[in-house]
Amino acid sequence: MINKKVKSIDEAIEGVKTGMTVMLGGFGLCGIPENCIRALSKTKIKNLICISNNAGVDDFGLGLLLQNKQIKKMISSYVGENKEFERQMLNGELEVDLIPQGTLAEKCRAGGAGIPAFFTPAGYATEIGKNKEVREFNGKPHILENSLISDFAFIKAWKGDTAGNLIYKGTARNFNPMMAMAGKITVAEVEEIYSVGELDPNQIHTPGIFVQRIFQGEKYEKRIEQKTTRKKI
Amino acid sequence: MALDKNQIAKRIAKELKNNTYVNLGIGIPTLVANYIPEGVNVEFQSENGVLGMGPFPFEGEEDPDMINAGKQTITTMPGAALFDSSTSFAMIRGNHVQLTVLGAMEVSENGDIANWKIPGKMVKGMGGAMDLVASAENIIVAMMHTNKEGKSKVLKKCTLPITGVNCVKKIVSNLAVMDVTSKGLVLLERAPGVSVETIQKYTEARLIINQDVPEIQI
Repeated sequence: MINKKVKSIDEAIEGVKTGMTVMLGGFGLCGIPENCIRALSKTKIKNLICISNNAGVDDFGLGLLLQNKQIKKMISSYVGENKEFERQMLNGELEVDLIPQGTLAEKCRAGGAGIPAFFTPAGYATEIGKNKEVREFNGKPHILENSLISDFAFIKAWKGDTAGNLIYKGTARNFNPMMAMAGKITVAEVEEIYSVGELDPNQIHTPGIFVQRIFQGEKYEKRIEQKTTRKKI
Repeated sequence: MALDKNQIAKRIAKELKNNTYVNLGIGIPTLVANYIPEGVNVEFQSENGVLGMGPFPFEGEEDPDMINAGKQTITTMPGAALFDSSTSFAMIRGNHVQLTVLGAMEVSENGDIANWKIPGKMVKGMGGAMDLVASAENIIVAMMHTNKEGKSKVLKKCTLPITGVNCVKKIVSNLAVMDVTSKGLVLLERAPGVSVETIQKYTEARLIINQDVPEIQI
């Protein structure tokens, strides 16, 4: 087995440069690579093109990179919870490319799977479909979407082994498996790291071949965006 | 009396069919889960990656790794399944989810829907809405009949950037239940005590009125 465990967070983000395209897993604040974002926010790296379903909140997640003005462009499906984001966008400081969520997921999956483009019905006859090739299949119009790859993909899993095999927990899986496939260099941070052989191969969600670096993250905050509960009767 | 949000949800819940998979959008649609008719078995899909979504957790039992598409903490039902975003939208685009209930800013009489952007004012993004409306075989819109300025949200043609075309099948508002048909918008039911004339007054689209329009039974 190839040992992909890195010794430090610095080693995990080594090679990320100004102007690069990076993918970041997560849905809202669920399943985001907290350690890598924190580490990137302490660097002088700028003008990043970030591909992530959401943009964090003002003081957590990708909001940290936004505050530092480290992001040139966001490629996302929903960016509603972040005032600094809105301010930068309306002032023209930040470019934003909004993409339907399923299309975004498929762009990453296809990119990682060697499929350069695909047809989808989502966005046909809307702003999203402008200047895109339209073709009918089974009597229904579809638009051509290009897939995505990135210089780095930062993803978060629950358990992983030193060979890069990953297991996710709950709904924290979301975009992480597809982004793992689409990163030229995929950095996985996990809550629990194991030696090879300790994880059951039947339970692996992301095979290690898609992961180049892995480390055990620390100080996971796992902030909840909308705490909703019910009363015990 | 016009319906309140819970009553809109309750009326929509009557549309739930036994042994089906359903995706509920954020806002009024989420409330539909509170009114599942007795004897009807439905499984809720949330596009961030869960099938078999359960109720909100008890205080103190919330799990940050278990949320719905509205980023609210949730639980799962026995027999639930978890998956990634690409698999989730395979369920949606592949037509494996039978019913989608969505909120809207505008709906047109031919079933176009606008719910993701107000140019110059609000740009939050479409999330999964464009994928949902492009593929779902049955889409019900849950919304208030008019906007905050009192203007009709049921229009001849949408004025806001659209999310999808010819896709909405039914609209349940605080004033009425309407079906989108190939001939246009058919007024099916009216809120208790609200006259057909009142509904037409607050509807910019043309309404087809076939017979006596019964009151909504809640």
